Amino acid sequence: MTKTVYNGAWFFVLPVFAIVAFSAVLPLMTVVNYSVQDTFGNNQFFWNGIGWFQELLDPSTELGGRFFEALWRSLLFSAIILMIEVPLGIAVALAMPREGWTVALCLVLMALPLLIPWNVVGTIWQVFARSDIGLLGWTVNHLGIDYNYTNDSIDAWVTLIVMDVWHWTSLVALLCYAGLKSIPDAYYQAARIDGASRWAVFRTIQLPKMRRVLLIAVLLRFMDSFMIYTEPFVITGGGPGNATTFLSIDLVKLALGQFDLGKAAAMSLVYNLIILAICWVFYTVMTNVDAERERVEA
Amino acid sequence: MARITLDHLAHAYKPDPRTADDYALKEINHVWSQGGAYALLGPSGCGKTTLLNIISGLVRPTRGRVLFDDLDVTDLATESRNIAQVFQFPVVYDTMTVRENLAFPLKNRHVPREKTAQRVEEIARLLDLTRVLGRKASNLTADMKQKISLGRGLVRPDVAAILFDEPLTVIDPHLKWQLRSTLKEIHRALDITMIYVTHDQTEALTFADKVVVMHDGAVVQTGTPDELFERPAHTFVGHFIGSPGMNILPCRIEGATAFIGNEAIPLLRSYRTLSAGEKLELGIRPEFARLQPKGSGLPVHVRRIDDIGRARIARVEMAGRPLAASVPDGISIEGSEAALALDPRHVHIYANGHLVAGEALGGNKA
Repeated sequence: MTKTVYNGAWFFVLPVFAIVAFSAVLPLMTVVNYSVQDTFGNNQFFWNGIGWFQELLDPSTELGGRFFEALWRSLLFSAIILMIEVPLGIAVALAMPREGWTVALCLVLMALPLLIPWNVVGTIWQVFARSDIGLLGWTVNHLGIDYNYTNDSIDAWVTLIVMDVWHWTSLVALLCYAGLKSIPDAYYQAARIDGASRWAVFRTIQLPKMRRVLLIAVLLRFMDSFMIYTEPFVITGGGPGNATTFLSIDLVKLALGQFDLGKAAAMSLVYNLIILAICWVFYTVMTNVDAERERVEA
Repeated sequence: MARITLDHLAHAYKPDPRTADDYALKEINHVWSQGGAYALLGPSGCGKTTLLNIISGLVRPTRGRVLFDDLDVTDLATESRNIAQVFQFPVVYDTMTVRENLAFPLKNRHVPREKTAQRVEEIARLLDLTRVLGRKASNLTADMKQKISLGRGLVRPDVAAILFDEPLTVIDPHLKWQLRSTLKEIHRALDITMIYVTHDQTEALTFADKVVVMHDGAVVQTGTPDELFERPAHTFVGHFIGSPGMNILPCRIEGATAFIGNEAIPLLRSYRTLSAGEKLELGIRPEFARLQPKGSGLPVHVRRIDDIGRARIARVEMAGRPLAASVPDGISIEGSEAALALDPRHVHIYANGHLVAGEALGGNKA
C-alpha cells in the first residue's frame, strides 16, 4: 500500500502545538526569561546572563547557601519518607485480605487519606499535634515525652514525617496490592510444593512481581515529597527557624516574599532539573537491574 | 516411591454439604499403583483439578483419606509430601536462572551444595536443558518453562509422584508431541508415578497406561485406552471418547433382542434382569456400524458422508434418530437409502447410563 503525502495534514496537528505552546512552553520560557534578568521594580529589566545561576550554585554566596540548605532538607525528607513508606506499604499490602467482603472494606479505608486535600491534611495535623489542645500532642506530652513541634526542629520533622506516612503510605500499599493480586495462584502452589519458606516466597515471587508497581510508587512518592509545600506551610510555616524550609517553601519565600524574580526563576529551573534527573536515575536503575543481571550471568 | 490410595475421598468447596450436588468431588476409592502412567480425563469442571490438588495437599478433602503406601497423609502439608506438580501455566521464578530454578526445591530442603549441583546437572541432561542452565528463566519459551517446572519436581530424589494439570495447554501444537514424548521417556527412565490431568482424549490415550474418566465429580470408568474404547462402562465414556463418539440410541429390550423403533437388533447376551422403568439405551461405536447398500441389515437414510482423513463417516438417520457409521472402502451408496450392519460383539446395553453385563445365551437359565 502506498501512502499519499499530503502536507495539508500538518494543519490538523496545529491545535496541539498551539495548546502545548500556550500552556507549557510559553510559561516556561517566561521563567527562563526572568532567570537571565534583574529588575529594580517599575517593570525595568536588565540583562544578567547566567549570573543568578552562578550565584545559586555557589554555596559561599547568600543565595547559594540557602539553596543548598533547603536542597539537603528536601532530599533528606524524601529519603526518610521513601525508606518508611515503601517497606511499610509492602507490609500493609501483604497483610491485606485476598478475598471476601473485607477486601472492599480495606480498600475503602486505605483510599480515604488519599482523598483528603493537602491543606486539610495540614490543618488536621496542625491541630492534632498541638501540645496544648491537640489529641496527639497532649497525649504524648502526658506520657512524659517533651514534644512541641513549634519549638523543637526534631519534633517538627517527626510531625511532618508521621503526617506524610499517614497520608501517603496507602498509595504505596494499594499499588503493591494491585501487583500482588496479579500473581496467579499456581505460583504460590508451586512454591509450596518446592518447599519455599514465607521469606523465599516473598523474595522470589512477590517482590519480583511487584517491581513494576514499586517503580511507579517510588517515582510518585519521590516527586510528591520532593515538591511538598502545602502541609509544611500550614503546619510549621518552614520553622522553627528554617528547620523545615524545604526547597518549595524557600522558592515561594524568594519569589513572592522577597519578590526576587530573577533568583527565584533560576532556582525553579534548577529545582525542576534536579527532579527530572533524579527520576531519570531511579527509572534507569530500576529498569536495568534485570538487564544487567542477565548480562553478568551470560 | 509410593502407591497412592484414595480411601472414601470426597470434597465440597461449600461448608456443610448435604446433597450429592454439593460435592465437587463425589466419593471415590482408587489406588494409583507405584510407577504407573495415569491420565485423569474429563470435561472442564468435572473435579479433575480438585482431585489433583487433594493428592498434592493443596486442598484438604472434606471426607476420606489419602494414603501414600500405608501412611495417612491427609493432614500432611504439601511441602512434606513427596509430590511434585506441574501446572497449566508454566511457573518459573523470574529472577532466577534455569540452574537456580532447578536447585530451588533442594535449596529449600537444605541439601548440600555439591549434591544439589550434581543433581541439577543430571536432570538438566535428562530434560535437554543443559544449554540454557545459565540463562534467565523468564526469557525462555513456554515449553522450556514447562520443562523447568517439571525439572523442579524431578530434581528431588525422594519424589514419588508427579502430577500434571493440563501441562500442554499453552504449548505450541508442534511442540506438544515433542514434550509429551519427553514425558513418556522420563516415565520409562525413572520409576515415578505420573498422573496427567487433561480434557483432551488424544493426550490421555497416548500418554497413559490407564485412564480414569471423570464426569460430574465422579469417576465413571478406569481402564486401559482399549477398554475405554471397546467397553465403555457409561454412556458418557462412550460419547466422550472416540471421534465421533459412540452412538447412543433409546431402545426396548425383549430377551436377547433390542428394538429401536420397530427395527429388531439381535444381541449376543440376554437382558432379562432389567427392571421396568429404567432408561434403556443401546450403544454402538461408528467404527462397528458399517454402512452397506440397502437390502440387508437395518434400513437407514443417509444424510451426508464426511471424509475425516483416515476414514469416511456417514451421518445417517435410523427410525428418526441421527447416528454416525463408518463407510468401508470400496462401498458406494446410490441415492439416500442404505442399510447398516452392526457388529453384535460391540453392541452394548446401558440402563440409566450404566453398562449392563447381561447373561450369556445358551446358559442353563435360558
